[in-house]
Amino acid sequence: MGLMGLTTHWWIGLLSGFLASGVEVVEAVTIVLAVGVTRGWRSTWIGVGTAAVALAAIVAVLGPTLQYLPLDALRIVIGTLLLIFGLQWVRKAVMRYTGLKELHDEARIYQREVEQLSAEPQAVTAGGMDWTAFTVAFKGVLLEGLEVVFIIITFGISAGDIAPVLAGSVAAAVAVVAVALFIHQPLSRVPENTLKFIVGIMLTTFGTFWAGEGVGLSWPGEDLSILGLLVFYAITSGAIITLLRQRRAAGGKVASKA
Amino acid sequence: MNYIKGFFAFWYDFIVGDAGEVAAGVMLSLLMLYLGTHYLGSASGSISSYGAVLLPLFIVVLLAYSLWRVRGEG
Repeated sequence: MGLMGLTTHWWIGLLSGFLASGVEVVEAVTIVLAVGVTRGWRSTWIGVGTAAVALAAIVAVLGPTLQYLPLDALRIVIGTLLLIFGLQWVRKAVMRYTGLKELHDEARIYQREVEQLSAEPQAVTAGGMDWTAFTVAFKGVLLEGLEVVFIIITFGISAGDIAPVLAGSVAAAVAVVAVALFIHQPLSRVPENTLKFIVGIMLTTFGTFWAGEGVGLSWPGEDLSILGLLVFYAITSGAIITLLRQRRAAGGKVASKA
Repeated sequence: MNYIKGFFAFWYDFIVGDAGEVAAGVMLSLLMLYLGTHYLGSASGSISSYGAVLLPLFIVVLLAYSLWRVRGEG
């Protein structure tokens, strides 16, 4: 199949996987860097590797298993989950754009992690294992990675092809880790909120489409309506941001903690 | 028992988070559309078509309502 022959699902799957994984890996890298710099790299890498294996195992087990379930029922359940999950991302991104929630600041999170980990006593076991480093790195990578795994599985199964979203996710993870290894500091310049907003819009779009199909809606233009939904959600969310900013400028509210 | 509670609490927080009204609104709207398209006889065809317009509109209203609530609480 040539590049032009690939479907809308395929390209949006690839892009969603890339952006979602990119933003989550940036957050995981901040934690891993803080652990590695303060506690040493050996136990940190073991924690990262163990979490990566656990995440890969979840995808390997759940991906093929769920494909055996009836597609209509699966689309309702997974479309609904994707829609709720996507709306949460859009909601949080809008809150951060409008000052209702603090922006994610990787440099500050890194500093906080370093301070906390430095305060912990160094307790290396006979095998040279620092369990604090292992646990924090493992938990950081696993929790951030779970969001990506959730997107890979729900998106992949609903679209009937896990490959594009998986390929996008792996490509982003490799790219972000490579940049982090090169510059050796938190990736604070990545526009995380914008990426989360875009991914949220994509997940909401596909969640609406698949859940709608599952409950029996007839989408005008079939797959083409995905683009219509994407544009509709982007414009209306943009309008909400503008409105909230104007209201906030007129009489502001204090941002809640991130 | 605590493990089971913890397991469900984790997934609730992971998917629903602090906006229960968003999850409830989405599920309620989809349930109503499902019932409408499957059990309303001759009206099912219209619901199937109009629902494709109403669902995205409702989602945006739900988002705006949820944000309006946060703004009010701020």
